[in-house]
Amino acid sequence: MIWAKEETMSRKEIEKIQLTRLKETVNKVYNKVPLYRNKMDSAGVKPEDIKSLDDLKRLPFTTKQDMRDTYPFDMFTVPKGELARIHASSGTTGKPTVVGYTKKDLEMWAECVARLAVMGGAVKDDICQICFGYGMFTGALGLHYGLERIGAAIVPSSTGNTKKQIMFMQDFGTTLLVATPSYALRIAEVAVEMGINPKSLNLKVGLFGSELMTEAMRQEMHKMWGEQMLVTQNYGMSELIGPGVSGECEYLCGMHVNEDHFIPEVINPETGENVMPGEKGELVVTCITKEALPLIRYRTRDITRLMYEPCKCGRTTCRMENLSGRTDDMLKIRGVNVFPSQIEEVLLSMEDIGPHYEIIVNRENHSDILTIRVEISPDKMDDSYKRIEKLEKEVKSRLRTVLGLDAVIKLESPNTLQRFEGKAKRVTDLRKQL
Amino acid sequence: MFLKQLSVFIENREGRLERVSEALSNENINIIFLSLADTNEYGLLRMIVSNPEKAKEVLRNAGFSAILTDVVAVNLPHEVGKLKNMLGAISNNGINVEYMYSILSGMKSGALAIKTSDNEKTYKLLKENGFELLKSEQVYNEDN
Repeated sequence: MIWAKEETMSRKEIEKIQLTRLKETVNKVYNKVPLYRNKMDSAGVKPEDIKSLDDLKRLPFTTKQDMRDTYPFDMFTVPKGELARIHASSGTTGKPTVVGYTKKDLEMWAECVARLAVMGGAVKDDICQICFGYGMFTGALGLHYGLERIGAAIVPSSTGNTKKQIMFMQDFGTTLLVATPSYALRIAEVAVEMGINPKSLNLKVGLFGSELMTEAMRQEMHKMWGEQMLVTQNYGMSELIGPGVSGECEYLCGMHVNEDHFIPEVINPETGENVMPGEKGELVVTCITKEALPLIRYRTRDITRLMYEPCKCGRTTCRMENLSGRTDDMLKIRGVNVFPSQIEEVLLSMEDIGPHYEIIVNRENHSDILTIRVEISPDKMDDSYKRIEKLEKEVKSRLRTVLGLDAVIKLESPNTLQRFEGKAKRVTDLRKQL
Repeated sequence: MFLKQLSVFIENREGRLERVSEALSNENINIIFLSLADTNEYGLLRMIVSNPEKAKEVLRNAGFSAILTDVVAVNLPHEVGKLKNMLGAISNNGINVEYMYSILSGMKSGALAIKTSDNEKTYKLLKENGFELLKSEQVYNEDN
């Protein structure tokens, strides 16, 4: 099913809407936000210079730093009285990033999420358990109102108390799960510990987000929750709106962007130039319908590429490929660029080790050491040093093939590594503390 | 005909061995013999326990990777050359000993647990050559 007619418009129609809305937005921010006016003035571009979508390139980027500099409300284009909601990012480094919504923004947000939910298989009759942390984080309330909009029933169970989560699933007959991919796996693991086969819960739909889900993790999800589950991921970030920017349909060939609200571009993160169509680079997004906080060319730091070919599902909106990582997650180890997602793909493709892992980068004698801690599967252990060593060597050699680097592998007992309820933190770079 | 040996993977870290013994003692399982070798990072703890099946479940629930392996138990009198004879009976037939350790020691004899590349054949060969093989009930009582 397709939720909105905007998802199937012709390219020409989409672009027409985008241009009209872009012009309005640029005009508004130029006149209302000093930061934008200053940036545009220094770049020598005026709102009236935006005559085509191609002129978007002429506008300066917006970054997370801009949001910190204008903390809390100086980038808002409406007076405080018109705000209907305020959210904030976790702000692990310095001040949090604050985002505001008018009543109309909240409507638009719910509409965008409703589209992604339907794309991912949600229907009116679903019982949706939302295992995202409620609070300042946009994830939980974003999915909450989007799913409510399609008429589904919401179980706002938030994170934590995993045994109770499983009890709700059983007793309420939950059909749809919202969580980070790592927490979804954790819930399944706890179910097994409780003697409940997660497959017997027969969940139909998993709408995952807020952290990258690799293909290997999707397979792991099916292994735990069963083949019947349609496992999709969706994308967004609080600065842009929260979840609702894009999502996967049942064909799993990239995430459809809500292009009538967000214009995506891909740039080379080093030069800032737009890449050739279809090439990989950093995703940059312009919000063209937001009232309170319309960001212009916001640098997401996420790495992807855009695909404009129509999809088998009937949607004509462009798709962004599953993220390859974030520009700031990239580790430089002995001069080699390594994305944690590459390591994850290798680890999850191996049967004898569990899905949880930890990456530690350290420096010894002026050389970078990459250490990977991974759990041995509870039933795959072998009573022989020879075979355990072989497993260790196998992990090492597969990683070398993919990364071109040698890693130290530390095998651990099951359930030794930390589990996460929100976004997983699997990388520790000790070099930063030196 | 074989003894059930419980093998557990443990990281070479303080407290891990204690956790294993704690989990077993909480469930009233007795460790009768154990053998532990180490590498830099981890070790394989091999044990003969009073209730192997239950012990395996207990350890898995406590978050350990544990499996059961069959081992041959043979009793050897304390006489010079007996071990050599026993090993000869195995190796002359192309069987490799993966590991072995002492499980009982008395004044007159001592027993060994042996894991070979072919346990079935080892058992048969030792029996044919007149060695005394121990049954599980001589070492542990499954009902405990």
